[in-house]
Amino acid sequence: MSAPIDPPAGACLVDVQGLVIRYGGVAAVQGVDLRVHESEAVAIIGPNGAGKTSLVSAIAGIVPPAAGTIKRGGMPARGQALSDVVRHGIALVPEGRNIFGGLTVLENLRLGATIRRDPDVLSDIDAVFVDFPILGERRDQPAGQLSGGEQQMLAIARATLSRPRLLILDEPSLGLAPAIVDKVYALLRQIRDRGVALLVVEQNAARAFALADRACVMSRGAFTLTGTPDEIRRQETFDAAYFGVAMSAGPGAA
Amino acid sequence: MIGRMLQVVVDAVSVGGLYALTALGIGLIFGVMRLINFAHAQLITIAGYAVLLLFTASPVLAVLGAIIAAALLALVVERTAFRPLRGADPAMLLIASFAVSFFIEKVMIMLVGSRPKGVDFLPALAGQVEVVGIRLQLLQLVTILVSLVLLVGTTWFLKSTRLGLEMRAAAENFRMAEVLGVRANRVIATAFALSGLLAAAVACLFVAQTGLVQPRMGLQLVIIAFVGTVIGGLGSLPGAAFGGFLVGVATILLQALLPPELRVFREAFLFLAVAVVLLVRPQGLIPARGLKERI
Repeated sequence: MSAPIDPPAGACLVDVQGLVIRYGGVAAVQGVDLRVHESEAVAIIGPNGAGKTSLVSAIAGIVPPAAGTIKRGGMPARGQALSDVVRHGIALVPEGRNIFGGLTVLENLRLGATIRRDPDVLSDIDAVFVDFPILGERRDQPAGQLSGGEQQMLAIARATLSRPRLLILDEPSLGLAPAIVDKVYALLRQIRDRGVALLVVEQNAARAFALADRACVMSRGAFTLTGTPDEIRRQETFDAAYFGVAMSAGPGAA
Repeated sequence: MIGRMLQVVVDAVSVGGLYALTALGIGLIFGVMRLINFAHAQLITIAGYAVLLLFTASPVLAVLGAIIAAALLALVVERTAFRPLRGADPAMLLIASFAVSFFIEKVMIMLVGSRPKGVDFLPALAGQVEVVGIRLQLLQLVTILVSLVLLVGTTWFLKSTRLGLEMRAAAENFRMAEVLGVRANRVIATAFALSGLLAAAVACLFVAQTGLVQPRMGLQLVIIAFVGTVIGGLGSLPGAAFGGFLVGVATILLQALLPPELRVFREAFLFLAVAVVLLVRPQGLIPARGLKERI
């Protein structure tokens, strides 16, 4: 996989320029540029508190930018309602999954198809039950009774039911056992192979590198390295970039 | 003796039904907006005055007028007062709802005066019917029936329609529902219109029972019903309906069972019982699920 560092030729699904996000006086993201194109998988890795969640939350419309611009499918994000984001082909699986615990598994999936009016919704939901028999068995049970891994599968399946062109996942492996994380990433590979672009936030760099065409290392609210996973791995400054240590003081800088 | 007991039971269930409908209307709005809407009282009041205005023309027209008036006022209040405050702190929403409630009440007093007015609404229902050898008031049976139909209908709406599903999702996690494409304005407006419909039903039944309308008629119902939503479990709709029903039933049972010299303190006993329930189950009898897990 020697993907070029130049963006692939597909349409630009998300275009972020000079994004700044502040909470009160604290800048969580300070001047980030990012483009995600059709059918590519982009990983954003970095330590806790680097601003990864803030960045994707802004792209998904949950957090307003303090400065900079976001375009979704070529349209400026300013003035778009949160409920319009998914209508521009961008679906989010937030950190902590946020399934509706009091609603049934089936109801959660139906809500994933909220924006659709076509007759294929039911057969798409049935396809989810074929891929995940456990969800099918529990279709009429409250989703809150599922295990953490099952809830993550449900959250991802729910997001795909809007037929997004870009799926954003915030820490999809967080709090899950390694065997379950394998399954989650196998599912993400399947989704990517169907031509859906992925934007994945991860603390687990190895997992993200195995999936992504491009990766961005984020630290203290800014990208410190970008490139293909191979390029980033070869960089001696990777550890320093990841942990945000000043390079002269970093172990790889000698 | 059996007849007397059955009479008390029918009494309790019919009053319980009224409070259940009121509590459900409050619970719907709390569910989607985390707003305790005390202006629900004025929805009931305005529906009562719509009945006063139209009952001589035709009872059907009076019921329709009540529904339209309450639903319209609910939508106007949502649009002008609560939409600008969406996402505000619950305490601010609560204060705003008091303000709206007082404002509408004072405007109504200005327009119609504060004296009660007699309304001879649905006099045919004041008659008695004999059920298995026991004489019962027709209006109470109608009240029970209407409450049941509306509770079942609301449940059906929430469980079986697309908009109902969106409302339940929004009640559990509003942000996530929006992320999935649920339109906030549509869901909230529907909830307000529905609460107006429930308020109108309560008003029609209450006016038929008491034969009076006055500007504060909604408030006494709403305060007791609000207590019902709290003991039922704030944010849980079955809890709200059940809690409202329970409070209504308790009111009537206390009335029937307390020694006559203590009956004036009926409300004190009621609130004592409520305090005990909340001590034992602070989350309410049927706690809402998922209130904490929000993005």
